[in-house]
Amino acid sequence: MTEAATQKPIPVTVLTGYLGAGKTTLLNRILSENHGKKYAVIVNEFGEIGIDNDLIVESDEEIYEMNNGCVCCTVRGDLIRVVEGLMRRPGRFDGIIVETTGLADPVPVAQTFFMDDDVRAKTELDAVVALVDAKHLPLRLKDSREAEDQIAFADVVLINKTDLVSPEEVARIEETVRAINPSARIHKTTRSGVDLARVLNQGAFNLERALENDPHFLDHGHDDHACGPDCDHHHHDHDHDHHHHDHGHDHEHEHHHHHDHDHHHHGVSPIHDVTVQSVSLRGGEMNPDRFFPWIQKVTQTDGPNILRLKGIIAFKGDEERYVVQGVHMIIEGDHQRPWKEGEKRESRLVFIGRELDREKLENSFKACEATA
Amino acid sequence: MPTVAPLDLDGHVLAVEFLGDVPFFVAAAGTIHRLEGGEKVSEAGQGLLTCIRDPYSDSLIAGGEAGKVQRIAGDGSVSELAHAPRKWITQVAAGPQGAVAYAHGKTTFVRTADGATREFAEERTVEAIAFAPKGMRIGVARYNGVSLHWVATNTKPVDLEWKGAHTGITFSPDGSFLVTSMQENALHGWKLDVKSASESRHMRMTGYPAKVKSLSWSAKGKWLASSGAPAAVVWPFQGRDGPMGKSPLELGTRANIMATAVKFHPAEDILAIGFVDGMVLAVRVADGKEALLRRPGKGAITAMSWSKSGKLLAFATEAGDCGIVDIAG
Repeated sequence: MTEAATQKPIPVTVLTGYLGAGKTTLLNRILSENHGKKYAVIVNEFGEIGIDNDLIVESDEEIYEMNNGCVCCTVRGDLIRVVEGLMRRPGRFDGIIVETTGLADPVPVAQTFFMDDDVRAKTELDAVVALVDAKHLPLRLKDSREAEDQIAFADVVLINKTDLVSPEEVARIEETVRAINPSARIHKTTRSGVDLARVLNQGAFNLERALENDPHFLDHGHDDHACGPDCDHHHHDHDHDHHHHDHGHDHEHEHHHHHDHDHHHHGVSPIHDVTVQSVSLRGGEMNPDRFFPWIQKVTQTDGPNILRLKGIIAFKGDEERYVVQGVHMIIEGDHQRPWKEGEKRESRLVFIGRELDREKLENSFKACEATA
Repeated sequence: MPTVAPLDLDGHVLAVEFLGDVPFFVAAAGTIHRLEGGEKVSEAGQGLLTCIRDPYSDSLIAGGEAGKVQRIAGDGSVSELAHAPRKWITQVAAGPQGAVAYAHGKTTFVRTADGATREFAEERTVEAIAFAPKGMRIGVARYNGVSLHWVATNTKPVDLEWKGAHTGITFSPDGSFLVTSMQENALHGWKLDVKSASESRHMRMTGYPAKVKSLSWSAKGKWLASSGAPAAVVWPFQGRDGPMGKSPLELGTRANIMATAVKFHPAEDILAIGFVDGMVLAVRVADGKEALLRRPGKGAITAMSWSKSGKLLAFATEAGDCGIVDIAG
């Protein structure tokens, strides 16, 4: 083994979020606060980062489609080059932070850390962190798919600028985020003021750590069933239509007059604009000879529509938990740890994506169960 | 076995070149170490990303993190050719009459000896630059192909299209072929002297298990050696159709140990092959006969260079354990 091969991979944090959501504020905190760590930061533009640091690298977002017949296999060519350069002198920093532009699709960034062998050999994607502007999120969800993608793809979501809206609105924003992404860890902040330990070094893509930090992450969807994406979606859709029809021509007046009163009713409206859904599956012990071909097939055929998938699988006769996660068509899995005594041996899997056929996924997942 | 004179430097050494009889080792940290009656050191800024030898003069051209393009002369002196603050200069090339090309973002810049600079814009990021062996012409590798620009004129570039990300570029010594390395673990070649538009000019060279990062033409351009496999993959370029329809040679094959650098001898068809574990082999193309030049060391071989006489081979590694092999022993 060479030294390079035994070197510990450098963690990479990806920061996403619309312009004005607070990315620069968070970056400035990471760069200036006394936490004993040094970070190399890859930004699209120096912009307002007021800190003089040799390790801030400007890089033009350059998305390359891989020539392998898979349309969703994209990487960031610029990151490959910058990471290669940075990793020649790894002693200078403890981690890398990639700041994306407001409109950026987070997927090529993440896939770079899985698909490029050189990048993968020396670094490890730690977490995708999305900043959300509490005041403007409803509007963003109306006019862009990227805002939704960023939330759907994130491991950690910071609902920022909560001081600019009422507590009720914050609660509704949280519901909306939860509906888009039931497995993300959500923190509510003002001026990006979050404990950095909740943003950096999360190990969210590390199969051994991902589920250990938050053993109930897959349960969120169920706990919050009331605001679950699918049933909610239909329900509110209906409401919305109703509302619209009823008030027809005096819409403007109505709007103005009942603004405050109407708010609660209206506040859930961001969900109308949500096209991402999540499908949480639960099953018993699985037969690996059925499960693996199934998950391969699902990711091959539905890959373009799957943003993220995460799960814990109990295989019959296997003493260890098996964890899987994926991005589009890329899927990884490994044994994580032995099942604990008294721990319920069940399999859980969450898909976050678009146009997912819930019923088909549920039925075909169930069909992978081991027969007694 | 040939003797090895070691030179232990700190950290990643990205290039090694001979200027006259003096080997220059270029560290990523920004220092340039030359062995000229003992080790001498020049400073070229806080971080270097690339360094090449100017084939037209006894000097090196370096690009770095501080956005500087610098020329390093045979006496170790460093002079600034260009400065693009806050940009990383990862690509430089040297041409005839003192011309130097460099790039950042989507633009290639060519600085001529009189200090004037011309710009060549691409639609996508410039990944690599090379001067053609004849005439003042550059090839620029980018997403979906290569653009060929005449430096002195404003004529439209010739676009050579091939789908995918092209990250490296080299012209054959006689200028009749152009080869790129790609993100997809492959090489792509174009025949430049096609007689008619219907004649195929594409050459696909695939099957590599890893990205090709090192390419080297044999002295007369009959062979193109490449890294990216647990052997040097050497493509035949003797005929006017290049390697089309032919298989490459695999030289110095080792089980699962990747070749990371290749360098042809300046006169003979002998190839030096550096591996990820630091081993260096010399292999004769004619019969595949191997000679061990250096045992495995601390890190991957990043670059190698032969002295003009072909009697010395200098090597650099990512761990800093460099050295010079005296072939005669």
